[in-house]
Amino acid sequence: MSLLDREASGVVMTPDNIRTKRLPLAVNLGIAVAGLAIAAAVVYGFGIGNYVLVVVLGVVFYLIGLQIVAGRIEGPRTARDRMWKTLIYAACLLAVLPLASVVWTLVSKGVQRLDGNFFGSSMNNIGARDPEGGAYHAIIGTLEQVGVATLIAVPLGVLGAIYLVEYGRGRFANTVRFFVDVMTGIPSIVAGLFILSFWVLIVSPWFNNGTPRFSGFAASLALTVLMLPTIVRSTEEMLRLVPGPLREGAYALGVPQWKTILQVVLPTALPGIVTGVMLAVARAAGETAPVLLVAGGAASINFNPFEGGQSSLALYVYQQAGDASRYAPARAWTAALTLVAIVLILTIAAKLLARRNSLSK
Amino acid sequence: MAKRIEATNVTSYYGSFKAIDSVSMTVEPKTITALIGPSGCGKSTFLRSVNRMHEVLPGARIEGSLTIDDQNIYDPDVDVTAVRRMIGMVFQRPNPFPTMSIYENVVAGLKLNGVKKKSVLDDAAEQSLKSANLWNEVKDRLGRPGAGLSGGQQQRLCIARTIAVEPQVVLMDEPCSALDPISTLAIEDLMFKLKDRFTIIIVTHNMQQAARVSDKTGFFSIDKTGDPGRLIEYDDTQKIFSNPTEKKTEDYITGRFG
Amino acid sequence: MGDNPSSRSENTTASDLGVTGRHTRGAGTGVSPSSHDDPPIGGGGALPKKARFGMEAGFKGLSVAAGAMVLVIIVAIAIFLISKAVPAIRADNENFLTFNQWFPNETEPRFGIAVLAFGTVLTSIIALLVAVPIALGIALFLSHYAPKRLATPLGFVIDLLAAVPSVVFGLWGRDVFMEPVREFSGWLNKYFSWIPIFGGDGPFGRSVLLGSLVLAIMVLPIVTSLSREVFRQTPGMNEEAALALGSTKWEMIRTAVLPYGKPGVIAAVMLGLGRALGETIALAMTLGIVFNISFNIIENGGNSIAANIANAFGEANETGRGALIASGLVLFAITLVVNMAARAIIYRRREFRDSAA
Repeated sequence: MSLLDREASGVVMTPDNIRTKRLPLAVNLGIAVAGLAIAAAVVYGFGIGNYVLVVVLGVVFYLIGLQIVAGRIEGPRTARDRMWKTLIYAACLLAVLPLASVVWTLVSKGVQRLDGNFFGSSMNNIGARDPEGGAYHAIIGTLEQVGVATLIAVPLGVLGAIYLVEYGRGRFANTVRFFVDVMTGIPSIVAGLFILSFWVLIVSPWFNNGTPRFSGFAASLALTVLMLPTIVRSTEEMLRLVPGPLREGAYALGVPQWKTILQVVLPTALPGIVTGVMLAVARAAGETAPVLLVAGGAASINFNPFEGGQSSLALYVYQQAGDASRYAPARAWTAALTLVAIVLILTIAAKLLARRNSLSK
Repeated sequence: MAKRIEATNVTSYYGSFKAIDSVSMTVEPKTITALIGPSGCGKSTFLRSVNRMHEVLPGARIEGSLTIDDQNIYDPDVDVTAVRRMIGMVFQRPNPFPTMSIYENVVAGLKLNGVKKKSVLDDAAEQSLKSANLWNEVKDRLGRPGAGLSGGQQQRLCIARTIAVEPQVVLMDEPCSALDPISTLAIEDLMFKLKDRFTIIIVTHNMQQAARVSDKTGFFSIDKTGDPGRLIEYDDTQKIFSNPTEKKTEDYITGRFG
Repeated sequence: MGDNPSSRSENTTASDLGVTGRHTRGAGTGVSPSSHDDPPIGGGGALPKKARFGMEAGFKGLSVAAGAMVLVIIVAIAIFLISKAVPAIRADNENFLTFNQWFPNETEPRFGIAVLAFGTVLTSIIALLVAVPIALGIALFLSHYAPKRLATPLGFVIDLLAAVPSVVFGLWGRDVFMEPVREFSGWLNKYFSWIPIFGGDGPFGRSVLLGSLVLAIMVLPIVTSLSREVFRQTPGMNEEAALALGSTKWEMIRTAVLPYGKPGVIAAVMLGLGRALGETIALAMTLGIVFNISFNIIENGGNSIAANIANAFGEANETGRGALIASGLVLFAITLVVNMAARAIIYRRREFRDSAA
């Protein structure tokens, strides 16, 4: 008699029996229906809740029933396997629900103000009773702030990544790499506060007769702080994927290292770098908190990021959401839809580009 | 204890690719059977079909029948986990669980099967490690990580882990290919010892090894890349290595091919 | 950049010698391959001398500066936040760490971080309690259960979820999700009010529960995608070893996948925590923003450091701003610690894996 037979009485299988009974699908469905029915009877019988509770209790009853029945038929191990599988599938369904709700609300509420006026006008002179008003100024703000931030963050980030991959050895490089990762986790509000205390409150008064100046450029600086680590990180990964022989081939021809990097390494990694930049841009475009603190949030159109306040789409959503006017929610949702569209288009384009990129395979 | 395996027209696929084509062979209990042949000829695929590890890979499926003492392991009402418990497997590269100690590695299979009593587990661990010729080397450090052992010791640890659940058949997929000659010798010694209790099938690239350890030898080959592998010849090891029937076998054995 | 003109002469087109510079450093010496005293080697005359201030040095200097910029920024954040926070804390008439009200704009400013810190931690922890089990479930589904045809698009959707701006989640939480949460809170209150966290008399809705649930949805993708990567990296041979011992799929996951992924999952959870602690706008739009310490999670209420900054910034005077910056400094310190711990775990694990391979 084998050890397993002796010690593990639950083991149905013996050397002479490798057969097992399966839980038929009909029984499985039967348990589900019974679970729901009992749940409905309990909930409505005692009057303790609505259909949501029926579903929740039904799932609980189903899992218990499944465990008991499957345990009888298939043995406890298979039953446990089945239960975890059910739970894991349930987790996925549960996560899709809020996402579906967000998408549905965005589209259904967002189309209300999806008109020319919304994209062609600002909130200048729009009172609480005016149904018009648009996000033109906010869109300009977002484009300019993110654009300037990209202009600053991309060269800095790419150079930083070049340092980490091509030059960086030893302790200092490891420290930089570590803090790049840490920096990705800095809350956006802290980046905003940093630019507030550094640029708006300390530096900008020098150019502005001693009074602090809120501006789109300050928002760009805050977004730069947030974009920089993302760009360094993604660029670093792409540069590492460039095959070593490609570099060595250039060195063997007597090309200096800096030229090799600029003319061989960077072009090879370019599609991947662009992907990383697009993802960083998408993230920056959606940031509200730093813009709220340093951009000033003007309601009128202002093309100059260095002077006068600016708004941004994300900030506009926040402002309209807090506005008492009964026309504000529609504006907020339409702006949110626009923002999500911009962000998702950028993200999807970046991911498709990454998929076509031969390096990352 | 050990069981007879009978394969009839076993054909395995990876998706639409046919890896082996109607292999039939009978493996007697308490023997060592070696499977040899060039790379990609499907001998590992056949081995993995014997304990249904083949189907772990996505898209893999199988036709034909494989019986163990007259029970077809591919019958629809067969419990896969029971099959694998009965037919243990040792892999090409030693693969002890990296997060577990030596002791935990050996008793992992028993714990999975619901054995909880400490004394029983201790006994089983000691017996298995002794059977795997590893006890003397590790008895003082059972609590240390299994990954800290040398390659040969790790492979013997994996063998101990496999035989701890008392299988009927032990499959070995090139168990020595990642090991040095001395460790290889240790494993070969171990196989002779285990032969008393288990039916062993071993896939090997090393023809001397096949000649040394096995009672019977099966030679697999392919016509050209992309074709399915076939069992060319299956006979007593003596005969295969001294006087093979097939020309292809002779070419391979004498080193004229593959 | 001071390109040395002598290195531009005709027979030294392959000048600059970045190549040799790189290789000598690799060998551990800083010596140039040719020095002034060396006799000419071979028949081609003297080897070109290494340019001291060439493009190479300039480019390298630039890239080092860019790398160092990251450290500079982190240090600068600390310095500038402290420089603005200290005067405000000096002006504070109460203990900044323990006082539980926020009146920094009055002539005698009184404010403290206690409520805010408590609220930040409370919402984040509840969010993680909800999000982590679901995220791990999805990660396992994507790495081990779903067929590839389903796993790829679903993983894509999860990544997109991470890209949705927080202001959109805030708006959704306030306009859509609040109603079901209010009903649910009422139900909890009706049947479970004997549990203190579900007690109170209402009103319900704009509560810690709502904020935490919205936050949970937002950290879900982070924890999911990191855990999925970790689970995917489980060595296939360990999974096969478990299966070959006769384990079921779930037992295989428990024996091979989960223990192997544990450090990575811990790091993923901590990164999620970092994100949750710093989340601003979504919480500013869904929490009740009141100043009291309460474990009741369903009554209108709740607050957090970041949400308070967003809400109070508009009306803040100079001391008020300083007070907000001081609270931001606390937040910065907390998230820095959490993130550094998470990264340290990931780095240790990476070294472990590299040395094991």
